[in-house]
Amino acid sequence: MRVSERWAAVVLGLALWLLGSLGVEAQSYESALEKFAGDSYNETDAAIAGIAASGNPLAASVLEALQDARLLFGDDKRIFLRDKAGTLRDAASGKPVESTATLKPVRINNRIRRSIEAALGGLTLLSADPGKRLEAAQAVFKSKDGKALPALEQAIGKEVDLGIKRALEEARAAVLIYSPTATEAEKLEAVGQIRRRGDQDARGLLAGLPGDLSQSLRRTVADAIAAIDNRLAAWNVVQNLWYGLSLASVLLLAAIGLAITFGVMGVINMAHGEMVMLGAYTTFLVQEVIRGSAPALFDYSLAIAIPLAFLVAGLVGIAIERGVIRFLYGRPLETLLATWGISLILQQAVRTSFGPTNREVGAPHFMSGAFELGGLTITWNRLWIIVFAGIIFALLLAVLRFTTLGLQMRAVTQNRRMSAAMAIATGRIDALTFALGSGIAGLAGVALSQIDNVSPNLGQGYIIDSFLVVVFGGVGNLWGTLVGALSLGIANKFLEPYAGAVLGKILLLVIVILFIQKRPRGLFALKGRAVEA
Amino acid sequence: MITRRLLQAPDGRGRVFLAILVGLAVVVPVLNLALPPASPLHVSTSTVALWGKYLCYALLALSLDLVWGYCGILSLGHGAFFALGGYAMGMYLMRQIGTRGVYAHPLLPDFMVFLNWPELPFYWWGFNWFAYALAMVFLVPGALAFVFGWFAFRSRVTGVYLSIITQALTYALMLGFFRNNFGFGGNNGLTDFKDILGFNVQAAPTRAALFALSALALAAGYLAAQAVVRSKAGKVLVALRDEESRTRFLGYRVENYKTFVFTLSAAMAALAGALYVPQVGIINPSEFAPANSIEVVIWVAVGGRGTLVGAAFGAVLVNYAKTTFTTGLLAPYWLFALGGLFVLVTIVLPKGILGLLSKRAPPAPATADWPAPRLEGAGEAPMRAGTPSGQLNRDDRATARPPASGLPQPAE
Repeated sequence: MRVSERWAAVVLGLALWLLGSLGVEAQSYESALEKFAGDSYNETDAAIAGIAASGNPLAASVLEALQDARLLFGDDKRIFLRDKAGTLRDAASGKPVESTATLKPVRINNRIRRSIEAALGGLTLLSADPGKRLEAAQAVFKSKDGKALPALEQAIGKEVDLGIKRALEEARAAVLIYSPTATEAEKLEAVGQIRRRGDQDARGLLAGLPGDLSQSLRRTVADAIAAIDNRLAAWNVVQNLWYGLSLASVLLLAAIGLAITFGVMGVINMAHGEMVMLGAYTTFLVQEVIRGSAPALFDYSLAIAIPLAFLVAGLVGIAIERGVIRFLYGRPLETLLATWGISLILQQAVRTSFGPTNREVGAPHFMSGAFELGGLTITWNRLWIIVFAGIIFALLLAVLRFTTLGLQMRAVTQNRRMSAAMAIATGRIDALTFALGSGIAGLAGVALSQIDNVSPNLGQGYIIDSFLVVVFGGVGNLWGTLVGALSLGIANKFLEPYAGAVLGKILLLVIVILFIQKRPRGLFALKGRAVEA
Repeated sequence: MITRRLLQAPDGRGRVFLAILVGLAVVVPVLNLALPPASPLHVSTSTVALWGKYLCYALLALSLDLVWGYCGILSLGHGAFFALGGYAMGMYLMRQIGTRGVYAHPLLPDFMVFLNWPELPFYWWGFNWFAYALAMVFLVPGALAFVFGWFAFRSRVTGVYLSIITQALTYALMLGFFRNNFGFGGNNGLTDFKDILGFNVQAAPTRAALFALSALALAAGYLAAQAVVRSKAGKVLVALRDEESRTRFLGYRVENYKTFVFTLSAAMAALAGALYVPQVGIINPSEFAPANSIEVVIWVAVGGRGTLVGAAFGAVLVNYAKTTFTTGLLAPYWLFALGGLFVLVTIVLPKGILGLLSKRAPPAPATADWPAPRLEGAGEAPMRAGTPSGQLNRDDRATARPPASGLPQPAE
């Protein structure tokens, strides 16, 4: 929609421009072309400037021909160019011609080559392709080449796309600031323009200015740099927050299932990470089937994988609970060991059936790419994962709050024996809780398959982190898990710039270890006599 | 008096264990060095090194059994103390290379020259002296365990919470040691050792001596652990393992006992690591991997928790199985076997092999009474028909079991 609008605008603009200026340009283009026949460097240089300013559609191919010594002139002062295929064409009309006259190439030297490059740069500013225009504007912004100024002015006059127009104006401002001929007032205005741009490049541009500036200009530049610095610092904080939020959503997804099983059953499930892995491999399998039999459905692959991953991980969870954990209630440390053994078996099983290497899980259309928001680049997959984590969290809260199963789960968490006395089948609740927790881990696997390598070791990377989240947040409290994930995720991303990724992680581990000394039951500990039992 | 107590302590099984160890320490080096390779009784040097490694693992398992079997602290980070002890020994061995390294630098180990380090960092000072390195083998892991234990036990971090933070500890150390700028060789760790106390580490006599030392260290570790668990303090340890709150209410400073035994155990694990490194010829950060530490737990569980001898036995058994498995056609199935072992032992063999073999009640606890984590709900043993645990409520159990030690001694 936006793209087509932009195209329509471009076409309209080009048409208006052609109508308004056709006559004059034909004139100036041809008179400029004649100068090539003068066979002197000065005249060639003037011809280049004239051609570039003419706006003739042939201008670019003439200049390119000149660059490659394919621009020829005959004794009759007519100019020809030999195109890349070797056909001789009349430079004025672009039509193929036969010429019997002896032709000599227009000579060039280094000065002329520079002029050609600048002129060609200017010409792409007028290109019909908006992407090329934007690129050219950015190139001029970096090169600050004064020769591009006329083309810039012309391009600004014609530009209809607001974003490109701003880029062009910023490029002009960059040229003006560095131009020895621009007036003080022009420069001041240009500094204001750069200040409004306000990114790292703008700061670099201003900071790179030579020292011999007038008093007022120097002050304005210093102000602008300070303003840009403030803005950058603010965006940096926002960016860290965003990255932290993104990490937190991943942690939340990985930890939330663990929080349920740990909270309700007091069971440390070391195989939890492997449930995440199973979810990711389910996604892989779904995509394989879709690729093989129904490629049209690829965009829906995740939607298909979500319930399947929940089912697969949930069923494996029930199998583990009924087959192993059931026999170990009241012995949490042994449960930890047994589930560790299960995790080894699951990992090895996946390794033997799918191979030890990473498997390719594709991103559906709506999850690829990124968009800009202020000084921030937001990738769609991260955004969707945050949304997904939020939805899962809300759903789980609703299940716990409004369903019978949720009620019974909360009862068992708070007082297992009293619940049993109230005719709640605690064994059944345990199995269902374990299935629910594992199923949610499977859902996490679907999400993580989009941002992480799908390999047999996928789960291992998350298990320690998610334990820390659960322990930090406090057991038996979903909000505690949310706060734990948010604080650990954001703290991690804020520590990283100062300490580096690895050291930041170590610092965080130390902080959590110290925190547990202070509050051994986590941030939101359950209170009451039963806790001390 | 202390000697007498040390020697009196072992029961029949312990005496057999000690006799085997001393016998191994004497016989294996003789069979390796004195007999020609052609002789059927000859023990090859590689076998000596392999079994020396097993004995180090056995000492590590023994140290874990001391805290887990007798004090209820399931440490999932004992590999960290093992590796730290190993690194201390590795640093000594690195300094002994001297100018024989690739870069022939007189002072700096190769990896530091490679990374353009200008001088030896302060924490490497003194490691050219064996006595200093040996002291560090015990002091660094001991101090870490003391500080960590002091904080953790004073805050009453117990059960699975403690297990998780010990795991986080070794994980953090692993991440740190993987970094080049930590000054311990990063990824590659410390290797290419040449001499230990002037003897070539590769030579057969050195290997045999290291084997004998490992066997003797295991024996000494067993005697020390035995002395601790047979002492009055040992009775308190068992008491607090089974009923921590009650022990505290009786006036014992539970955290002091725990910190003491945790530190002692860490020092034993560190000694095992120090003996391990010259025999395998390398120490690198993967020794800190949480998976390694958990594997140690299964050695103890297989052999029999709370038996000391069983822990050592389990370590040798599981590692022998691992070597056999991973060098043959069955290599891809080793993890299935190990995982299955975890599950089977915890469900079917809660007392380990030794508990199965022995009709006499070992000092192992009744598994039903393991302290549950102090969580709501889970802290209470579940009420369910068919589950052997927790049918008694707390008052019943209190009357059903005599106090753990004869005379309660209030701690100072």
